[in-house]
Amino acid sequence: MSKFKKDNNKGTPAVSTASLPDIVFMLLFFFMVTTVMREVDLKIKMDQPEASEIDKLEDKALVDYIYIGEPMNSELYGTVPKIQLDDDFATIEDVQDYIIARRADRPEQLQGKITVSLKVDKETKMGIVTEVKQKLRKVQALKINYSTREKVVR
Amino acid sequence: MARKKRELQEINAGSMADIAFLLLVFFLVTTTMDTSWGLARKLPPPLLEDQPDPPPIKDRNVFVVLANANDQLLVEGELLSIDQLREAAKEFISNPSRKETLPEFKEIDVPLLGRMPVSKQVISLQNDNGTSYDLYIQVQNELAAAYSELRDELAMQKFGMPYKKIEEMAKSEEGGEKYAEMIDAIRDVYPQRISEAEPKDIGG
Repeated sequence: MSKFKKDNNKGTPAVSTASLPDIVFMLLFFFMVTTVMREVDLKIKMDQPEASEIDKLEDKALVDYIYIGEPMNSELYGTVPKIQLDDDFATIEDVQDYIIARRADRPEQLQGKITVSLKVDKETKMGIVTEVKQKLRKVQALKINYSTREKVVR
Repeated sequence: MARKKRELQEINAGSMADIAFLLLVFFLVTTTMDTSWGLARKLPPPLLEDQPDPPPIKDRNVFVVLANANDQLLVEGELLSIDQLREAAKEFISNPSRKETLPEFKEIDVPLLGRMPVSKQVISLQNDNGTSYDLYIQVQNELAAAYSELRDELAMQKFGMPYKKIEEMAKSEEGGEKYAEMIDAIRDVYPQRISEAEPKDIGG
């Protein structure tokens, strides 16, 4: 009679998965902290230019976005650059109404602090961008931000 | 009667991983990594109907940058590449050798720094409707870089730290005001004056 009882099952023990939730939670928190909620479904190609002298947009709640670029579905919408406001394509005439409507959503004391972020594809010609800027001037939305990617410093 | 030792029933945590994965996938799908960085600019207010013409500016004080539809740059009448723009702009803004063709200076009282010669420079940027947005941003970026490099030099010379560092310090709670004054002084010496011409089709 042996003092130490031998284990009955000979097979290798299963790998413990008890720490799996911990690992996954860690990943989860990482993504929750580093990412932001997607604002809209992009319907246009978006490859932003690079720049080095850039500032961060501080208060996301006080930013309106205007997207300009070539439609993704070029068979349906052609390849002429289009403007996208929220989830839909828009024309140049819609820009003013959009900005005014968005401004009305904000409390009055913050209305002067709204920034318009222009997210423009780098292949776009300046013509449409200039038109949008003229519209923004007309509705006194003067604070703008040309959205860019960060350039690696040479 | 032998009684089994009572054991505390453990909650089965096997499905915890599934729940966490579900959440993880949800966040992966609904979020983006994109952070909003960009070039902040201020547009000029709209022109009024009966607005008087601004006073004329001497030619030597204006740095004209033209961009055409073929993405070529004409800077002060010379064809330059985008890599040369920063140096050209820096020389124009600071005018180190006080050339006749480059901008004039005016002595201005600057807080903290005393009397400083301040250049009367203005940079005028004009682009065509066919200019690519990429080039436009590059030009804006190079001009901004020219200003920030000059500000950096001045900040190092007068306050012993780079401009970016002063900007960071100004945001801190304690003693931020002191640094904010430094920023104002540096901006007074090198004010960023980039003016964009009213759009017109210059072709090319």
